[in-house]
Amino acid sequence: MTEAPQKENGEARRVVLRVQDLAKHFPVRDGLFGRVSGHVYAVDGVSFSIHEGETLGVVGESGCGKSTLGKTVLRLLEPTAGQIVLRGEDITRTPERHLRAQRREMQMIFQDPYASLNPRMRCGDIVGEPLAIHGLASGQEKDDQVTSLFERVGLRVDQKKRYPHQLSGGQRQRLGIARALALKPSLIIADEPVSALDVSVQAQVINLLKDLQRDYNLAYLFVSHNLAVVEHISHRIAVMYLGKVVELADKRALFASPLHPYTEALLSAVPVADPRVKKERIILRGDVPSPMNPPSGCAFHTRCPHVKDICRVETPPLREVTAGHFAACHLREPAASN
Amino acid sequence: MSELVPSKPRGDRFLGMRITPITRRRLHNFRANKRGFYSLWILTGLFLITFFAEFIANDRPLLVRFDGDLLFPVFVEYPETRFGGEFETAAEYRDPFVKDLIEEKGWIVWPIIPFSFQTINYDLPEPAPAPPSRVNWLGTDDQGRDVVARLIYGFRVSVSFGFILTIASSIIGVMVGATQGYFGGWIDLIGQRFIEIWSSMPQLFILIILMSIFEPSFLLLLGILLVFTWVGLVGVVRAEFLRARKFDYIRAARALGLSNSKIMFRHVLPNAMVATMTTMPFILAGSIGLLTSLDFLGFGLGADSASLGELLRQGKANIQAPWLGLTAFFTLGIMLSLVIFIGEAVRDAFDPRKILI
Repeated sequence: MTEAPQKENGEARRVVLRVQDLAKHFPVRDGLFGRVSGHVYAVDGVSFSIHEGETLGVVGESGCGKSTLGKTVLRLLEPTAGQIVLRGEDITRTPERHLRAQRREMQMIFQDPYASLNPRMRCGDIVGEPLAIHGLASGQEKDDQVTSLFERVGLRVDQKKRYPHQLSGGQRQRLGIARALALKPSLIIADEPVSALDVSVQAQVINLLKDLQRDYNLAYLFVSHNLAVVEHISHRIAVMYLGKVVELADKRALFASPLHPYTEALLSAVPVADPRVKKERIILRGDVPSPMNPPSGCAFHTRCPHVKDICRVETPPLREVTAGHFAACHLREPAASN
Repeated sequence: MSELVPSKPRGDRFLGMRITPITRRRLHNFRANKRGFYSLWILTGLFLITFFAEFIANDRPLLVRFDGDLLFPVFVEYPETRFGGEFETAAEYRDPFVKDLIEEKGWIVWPIIPFSFQTINYDLPEPAPAPPSRVNWLGTDDQGRDVVARLIYGFRVSVSFGFILTIASSIIGVMVGATQGYFGGWIDLIGQRFIEIWSSMPQLFILIILMSIFEPSFLLLLGILLVFTWVGLVGVVRAEFLRARKFDYIRAARALGLSNSKIMFRHVLPNAMVATMTTMPFILAGSIGLLTSLDFLGFGLGADSASLGELLRQGKANIQAPWLGLTAFFTLGIMLSLVIFIGEAVRDAFDPRKILI
């Protein structure tokens, strides 16, 4: 559905990941016999694709399903519906056993750098484990690769003998990145990788991620609630609201001219580091509706300042409004196609 | 000016193994609990001594010098004819006839206690049970067998039986608990209901019925007791796995492509070992107690093996011979106390809230 971004020389980049109408619904059970009384529509029909060397940022407020999206793409959660195509291969229903080989292609960086590292393993073993289980290297060779990974992510080699709790938060996140890199994946799903870090350390980790992307031509699915961080690292940005993508566009286009009212509100909430700038903030009324019982029609109609009658009835599809700029809003009519 | 030198982790080796700082702190805590620490040494010492029971209490000499030859009856069975006797059967060294034959042409070195656990002392000054004397330090039981010899062998049987049973039931318990906790859902639900029903069965009566059907033996008894004792650890291990399976590092391991069994044993189990290790000494004490009570009721290892429960039963049957009951009582009391003291020290050592300086 999206056009491939062009490299400088005009050659189309390969699609690493394509997600089509992906959905993840969690059944809610209650009563004595665990009767399913409803579903949480955490991810509800999301489509996008990511190309080599590209970062797709996913933003949205808490509970909009952005983390679930990341985990479902990795098949850490079983998708309810839709399709996940990784490097041309459909992995939506691949049995866990056969998924192992595919797992090399996509890795994850977690939000909490402490909880995602086994406290009983030495840092060197944590990074070396993926090499061992995929039979990529062993013995001295493995040790050398671990050493070069440590150097690559900016950890001291003598820290291989340390335990995760002996590292600082930023170092732990670097360790998590080294582990993800060990298998030389083509896609890394970063689930709020810097949210748990100090601002100064955030910048270092973000810059490390950018360097790695340039060197290894990595694709990132970068999930975050922090617009500034997403703006810094992403090429394209998807805005999620209640399990759906409401806007998907190139970074510059999205920040310059947001098409969806929710994106507008989100952007207006970003503080500007200049006290003289008077910004007109769009204050959204009310709370995010329950994902168990999403509103009819456009999910955003309960809080939208420009709500029309059609919004309450009909769900707006994600349409290409201007070239490469998608929005799911009834108020935006697609430009006449040329 | 002092130079900044990266501090080298101290003493990160124990018995030649690499240990983590946590393990070092636990060892330190364990040692700091003096009662448990010495209990461990005493129990280990007693077990090592009884491990060589054949050299301490035996009706076969350690060494025989006969006709210029050195013979080792502890290891080799010699026929009586070897010493010029009449029968082709194994020599009865305690028999005065054989004794005289040997001493004519050499000498005999006896163990400290010249009785095995089955040896009947026919040479008693009064009818069995005979009171303590120079020959039988703690007297004899009602069949004329030396109490000290039976004690040494009985201690060995009890402790090794307890250890094997504890380890076997821990292995099964950990595997079941790990499976239930890791996979959760229906597996967990069915497992829990099964365990509830299983553990509400009257164990002792079922054990007695089973033991009276089958010919009792060490392995059979072990197997039958295992049927019930594995349940003990399932609860704690299951709880640890239920908690750990939602951790991010387990998710990370799955994302790396590790198989479920590898995740369970490499990532979750080491983190669940604390609960297992703390429970094990108490399971050991329970196992020893269970074996003793079965022996006491006469459904244990059988009459021809040494056992503390059997000694206790003799003490009950022969109130006029208090050395039987008292010996059994004190041995069991001391042994179980040692195990419990060790268990308390282990529990304290693994307690994350307890930090000793």
